[in-house]
Amino acid sequence: MRLPVEVMLSCTERLQHLIRQCVSTVTLIDSLKPTHEISDQTTRDFYWTYNTHGIKFAKMPTLNCFMKIGRCFEKAVVQKNKKDESDIMSALLTTFLLALIYLEPLHAEPLEIPIGLITEEQGDHIPLSLLQPVIEDVGEAGALQGIQDNNTTGRFTGQSFTLSVEKVKADEPVIQAFRKLHQQGIRVFLVNLPAEKLLQIADQTDAKSSLLFNIGATNDNLRQHECRANLFHTIPSRAMLTDALAQYLAWKRWTEWFLVIGRHPRDKAYAEALKRAAKRFGHKIVEQKQWTFEPGARRTDSGHNREQQVVNEFSQVSDYDILIVADESNEFGEFLTYRTYRPRPVGGTQGLSPAAWSGVHEQWGATQFQRRFNEQHGRWMTDRDFSAWLAVRSIGEAATRTSSSQVNKLKTYMQSPEFNLAAFKGRPVSYRDWSNQLRQPLLITSAKLMISVSPQPGFLHQFTTLDTLGYDRPESRCKK
Amino acid sequence: MLIKSSKCRFSTGFLRALIGSLVLASLSTTATAYTIYVSSEKDNKISVIDGDSLKVIDEVAVGERPRGIALSKDGKTLYVCTSDADHIEVLDLKTMKITHTLPSGPDPELLVIGPQDKYLYAANEDDNMVTMVDIEKRSKVTEIQVGVEPEGMGISPDGKWLVNTSETTNMAHFINLQNMKVEDNVLVDQRPRVAQFSNDGKQVWVSSEIGGTVSVIDTESRKILKKIQFEIPGIHKDLIQPVGIQITDDGKQAFVALGPAARVAVIDTSSYEVEKYLLVGQRVWNLAFSPDEKFVFTTNGVSNDISVIDVGRLKVKKSIRVGRLPWGIVVRE
Repeated sequence: MRLPVEVMLSCTERLQHLIRQCVSTVTLIDSLKPTHEISDQTTRDFYWTYNTHGIKFAKMPTLNCFMKIGRCFEKAVVQKNKKDESDIMSALLTTFLLALIYLEPLHAEPLEIPIGLITEEQGDHIPLSLLQPVIEDVGEAGALQGIQDNNTTGRFTGQSFTLSVEKVKADEPVIQAFRKLHQQGIRVFLVNLPAEKLLQIADQTDAKSSLLFNIGATNDNLRQHECRANLFHTIPSRAMLTDALAQYLAWKRWTEWFLVIGRHPRDKAYAEALKRAAKRFGHKIVEQKQWTFEPGARRTDSGHNREQQVVNEFSQVSDYDILIVADESNEFGEFLTYRTYRPRPVGGTQGLSPAAWSGVHEQWGATQFQRRFNEQHGRWMTDRDFSAWLAVRSIGEAATRTSSSQVNKLKTYMQSPEFNLAAFKGRPVSYRDWSNQLRQPLLITSAKLMISVSPQPGFLHQFTTLDTLGYDRPESRCKK
Repeated sequence: MLIKSSKCRFSTGFLRALIGSLVLASLSTTATAYTIYVSSEKDNKISVIDGDSLKVIDEVAVGERPRGIALSKDGKTLYVCTSDADHIEVLDLKTMKITHTLPSGPDPELLVIGPQDKYLYAANEDDNMVTMVDIEKRSKVTEIQVGVEPEGMGISPDGKWLVNTSETTNMAHFINLQNMKVEDNVLVDQRPRVAQFSNDGKQVWVSSEIGGTVSVIDTESRKILKKIQFEIPGIHKDLIQPVGIQITDDGKQAFVALGPAARVAVIDTSSYEVEKYLLVGQRVWNLAFSPDEKFVFTTNGVSNDISVIDVGRLKVKKSIRVGRLPWGIVVRE
């Protein structure tokens, strides 16, 4: 069937541009006689022929792109309001149906991917140091950078990404926030919440067909026995972090540790991970003490007098190589450096620290990445920002390679061996298919410089040395 | 055969002298004089290596963090991307002095020179732009928006196309140099670093550092003809990271630097098969041919040296110590 259609359009320049982008067979028929008078002088006139025998596209247009063209046609027809309206409409409908048939196998879905972020409002205390900023948009800023990077790529691939943020207070239920975003049609979520709240969301019936990224909870149980098929982790687990540190200390042969543990359950969890790491990499915990002092006010006049006395007395133990502190709440760890009874270094949650990201990292092209972030957000990127960026980029990468926005397709691709992502870490990062944990090199940092990157040379692995960090396949009860 | 010792001493000594003088004579008459220039990212200098003796003969201090370098077509000038100084420095190769700087946009990393030395094109990693600079007028002509973190720059031999790679967008952007518009974008593997045209302009080779592949793109159709993979026993595929690419003038052989794998792959371009992996220094990134294509020189960032590959025998002949973190390399006839 041959259906020559000659349509005159008057529409905005932006839409004309869009149409030109979408359809390469658009022939500007300036040379042909216009079949209709143009009444609207404010917009530029736009003629084209459309031959259904030869619909060829410069680039496969998205359905959304077609919808926009459709609206443009509609507007033109309404504006004209001429006798041949029905002719144009029927011709258009036929063309569109044919076009849709053409497009069906490739782009049956719109490639607009909205991403939701559910994050707990930072009720956390003031940092111990005046130099540490109070950060209120942790995670969100990183996600925004990911959205921006995805959309730059999306300009060329016809995909677009958006971010909707729901902030919840620590004592508020989180399900409503999830439902609200879900009702808006969002199926990809970044979650910056404690483990138990994260699982509450993951276990919702509505969440089964969604994709969740944990960007905040380091709990090992989420990678060990509380795995969920719809839940990916871009933030490293405690075991990964402590293994990274323990490998570096093994390289240094600083094998005798003085372990100091804070008063919170999460400090104890970090200490447990440290103990596991010590055993794995040949260290010995020669001393162990609980830090039980009440933190009190964060900053006080003449405060150093007290810290100097307290730490000196507290750390009078038999000799060790390095003091390892477990203080995830950042209540006292910073007090220890330079105040210990013996002249020994401090590491762990403070001092020499393992991290997924840090402002000090500038290798493998990270400089440009850090600068972009700093210019936009006026601060350095944190672990959680980086984890949020990783999650958004994972989705972006999967969407680009699969030309899809379907959660199932994205998930399958992310778990496949084909998936790898450049993340300024010198080698590709990817997901462990048993726990959906992102495997990545981890940084060993001081306050001002990067000291090293783990895995360390010499720690070998059957498949990838990145799996020497954290729970490996045989150790995890999560199975694919 | 018995020869009296004294006579023997005399004759071997004489022979040595004779051979020595012959060799010297042959070197001075037949050797093609050329010079190798290497930028040292850490030492802020350009090392000058004599192509005959393969010895460092000069060092020139330049601005902060020199990375990509390019030679003018007339061979008189070296352009240096001094990344942390945010401009391009112009080194007069006769006087070995920096004569002036050119605007480049922030953090220039790699540049290419257009036909007739009229324009140069620099990739600005910081603001997702490719900057076009008028060399004579010393001014910025235009900027073209590309993907995130533009890096690799390849110019077609006929000067019609500029291919830029963007490291986070993972694309090769085909920029038409007539109208300075991005006309096509080819999706390649993760973190594309270098774009190199074949001498006949029909193909452009793009290396993906993190993807671990080289995509061979047909210039006209912009289709990927082949994705070359690498495999080295005992080295995990994550650490095989292709960066620099050089293709022989006759288009038959390609050399690809493989970063932390410390190897250069030699590829037969008719089959796209890797013929051989040559062990070079650590973190090998960029490559350059000698003018007669008898040698390939590599910059080995972590071992601070240049490996010299004998192209005929496919053997690594020598390594030359240069400044810390050698990065860019060019050879001048």
